[in-house]
Amino acid sequence: MMEKMIIGRYVPADSLVHRMDPRSKLIIIFLFVCIIFLANNFTTYVLIGIYTFLMLGLSKIPVRFLYAGLKPVLWLVLFTLLLQVFFTKEGSLLYELGPIKIYEEGVRQGIFISMRFFFLILMTSLLTLTTTPIEITDGLETLLHPLKKVRFPVHEMALMMSISLRFIPTLMQETDKIMKAQIARGVEFSSGPIKDRIKAVIPLLIPLFVSSFKRAEELAIAMEARGYRGGEGRTKYRLLSWNLSDTLQILILVILTILLILFRS
Amino acid sequence: MRKTVISLENVSFQYENQSNFALQNVSFDIYEGEWLAIVGHNGSGKSTMAKLLNGLQFPQQGEITVCGIGLNEESIWEIRKKLGMVFQNPDNQFVGTTVQDDVAFGLENHGIQRDDMVFRVEDSLKKVKMEHFLNQEPHHLSGGQKQRVAIAGVLALRPSIIILDEATSMLDPKGRGEVLETVRALKEEDSLTVISITHDLEEAAKADRIIVMNQGEVYREGSPEDIFSLDDELIHLGLDIPFSIKMSNAFRQKGIDLSKHYLSEEELVNELWTFRSKI
Amino acid sequence: MDISLQNIEYRYQANTPFERLAIKDVSIDIPNGTYMALIGHTGSGKSTVLQHLNALLLPTEGTVFIGSHEIKAKQKNKNLRQIRQRVGIVFQFPEHQLFEESVEKDIIFGPMNFGVSEADAKVRARLALKQVGLSEEILEKSPFDLSGGQMRRVAIAGVLAMEPDCLVLDEPTAGLDPRGRKEIMDMFYTLHKDRNLSTILVTHSMEDAARYADQIVIMQQGQVVKQGTPVEIFSSVPELVDMGLDVPEVVRFQRKLEEKLGLRLEKTYLSIEELSTAVAELLRGAPV
Repeated sequence: MMEKMIIGRYVPADSLVHRMDPRSKLIIIFLFVCIIFLANNFTTYVLIGIYTFLMLGLSKIPVRFLYAGLKPVLWLVLFTLLLQVFFTKEGSLLYELGPIKIYEEGVRQGIFISMRFFFLILMTSLLTLTTTPIEITDGLETLLHPLKKVRFPVHEMALMMSISLRFIPTLMQETDKIMKAQIARGVEFSSGPIKDRIKAVIPLLIPLFVSSFKRAEELAIAMEARGYRGGEGRTKYRLLSWNLSDTLQILILVILTILLILFRS
Repeated sequence: MRKTVISLENVSFQYENQSNFALQNVSFDIYEGEWLAIVGHNGSGKSTMAKLLNGLQFPQQGEITVCGIGLNEESIWEIRKKLGMVFQNPDNQFVGTTVQDDVAFGLENHGIQRDDMVFRVEDSLKKVKMEHFLNQEPHHLSGGQKQRVAIAGVLALRPSIIILDEATSMLDPKGRGEVLETVRALKEEDSLTVISITHDLEEAAKADRIIVMNQGEVYREGSPEDIFSLDDELIHLGLDIPFSIKMSNAFRQKGIDLSKHYLSEEELVNELWTFRSKI
Repeated sequence: MDISLQNIEYRYQANTPFERLAIKDVSIDIPNGTYMALIGHTGSGKSTVLQHLNALLLPTEGTVFIGSHEIKAKQKNKNLRQIRQRVGIVFQFPEHQLFEESVEKDIIFGPMNFGVSEADAKVRARLALKQVGLSEEILEKSPFDLSGGQMRRVAIAGVLAMEPDCLVLDEPTAGLDPRGRKEIMDMFYTLHKDRNLSTILVTHSMEDAARYADQIVIMQQGQVVKQGTPVEIFSSVPELVDMGLDVPEVVRFQRKLEEKLGLRLEKTYLSIEELSTAVAELLRGAPV
């Protein structure tokens, strides 16, 4: 189950979207989330759809992979659709069966809202599928840099994010190891009454906490030994490069925005 | 007269909430270009020593001088540039998300310009033979590889002293071999001073000089030959003696006279050969 | 209790794009009372094999027999807990599994999970603590206030208190100093003899394999490549070296000496005592 989920996963490939600067990708996603609310009729939704699929095509992420990964989310989209269809009571009555009444506006709203939801998921997954977590962190750090003036700890936040990313796989391995050690000592994690299962988590969580604290302490010592003393006076090894294609991509989005404003009703 | 790079004078240290001193009245010098092994069982004070040398802890009494600079709160950053450390747990010192980011971490901290950084990252990874793993993530590396990356991270800062704080104790024999070989080659190439804190006597046997720690004090100091002539005393200290010593002791017991106490395996084989031809 | 692995195969994340074959066609017999050393590089599949010994992993092909239990691939397997009670595993760095507020509670955790009464478990805890060489004084202490070496011993006591018929040891002395290493290994050997346990030791140390094991299994790339008594295994040095494995120091020394003296001793010796006696005899008795 978890293995098939693709939300938050990076899929390496050499595509135009992969090569884009994480900053431009973050800006585009941010703008996209805003302008999607401009769409309110058939034409505007088609425009958004064309744009989304264009970006998907450019990313070279296999459609089959996307479909398998997003299947669980599609159910949520369907659920949103049904919710709107059955509970909106505006416009002319289209269909009636006993207590169930379906109105024209309900169908319209349902389709639009679920489409909006669907496009949002596609575009945000596209960001994480084509950008490594560390690139996202770098992009965020640079974009949020101005916030330093209001004492927002931008550097510390970015460092925290990148260290967390670095240790996720380590902690997963550790969890697996401790789970197995406790199963060997007679703990049942996946069967028995729910009360017992909750209790079974304690022999897993406590060792995990203990070892994480130990790791954190050792890591802090190692960082200090390597000369870390806060963001002041630090240089950066990772380089972000803004290319023509990044500017073009943003331009395309601006054009889309203008079109949306023109065609919305 | 050899040049002293580190000197400890009557150093004592006590952890908070502990009644015993972790180190008591410790004095010794470390010379430029030597490989010094500090050995002792777990809890003998040898790891505390590493923390003091790098200014991660400060002694309550006594003085530590590194490259002519007295170690104190102000000078630690200067000293940390000259003295690199590789710790025991390969995972808990890997800061970067990839190999190259990790090597760059120390350089970023010291405000090195980017062009120089790129060069140094590549150069130091080449020295530890990890240049083909630039973008590899740590969980795909073996323990030995991670330790080599840690060494590269230290090298990139161009230190004159490198401290291995039980850096091989969590590795398998292959990883241990890789790491020691790497350090040995680097020591020759860049005339580094190496301080290796360890309880592996086979590793210590290859050092130029050994300091044996026991209960927070310097128990004995000398060449491997001097130290290994302590024999059973070492075992009492919770340590071991190298194989060739055990072997020569056994021969001596069986009435075979050997010329000197400590012999490497090769020497011992030669000696036995001579013995045979004399009969 | 006899254990037998018959043609087992294990694939991680089977039927996904991330599928990976870990071990293939592995057959190992461990008759009751055997001390077996399992040797191989990191990634050779030995820890996958180890996890089959108490059903932490179930084979994707083949059959595992543990005592009277039979675990077949692709079948619903029940009563895994009974197996786990009889096979105790000491994982690498076992101190990482400690979690209770006192040493005593941590040691009785395993036995009580398997239905031993609290009173009985406490008796076992005292015995186990003695076996690992710790005093009863620490029973009430928090395991997290102990030294690293003591924590390791408490964790081992927690496995011993389950009173398994078979002990599986995964590098149980990693990171310990020479004295600690020797004490722990000797302790396991005594237990093995006294309780007639089956012991499976996963190790990188050829010295330990030579000193303690009756049988040695060598694994490489997910397969068993060699199996035999220590003398059989260590008699063919070049083969081991080809596999990138170490040879015990005594054996290495014997070969060096034989080469220098231009002769061959009649057998491979696995201890300093045996080898020195043989060489001394040779040197004294040998005419030039």
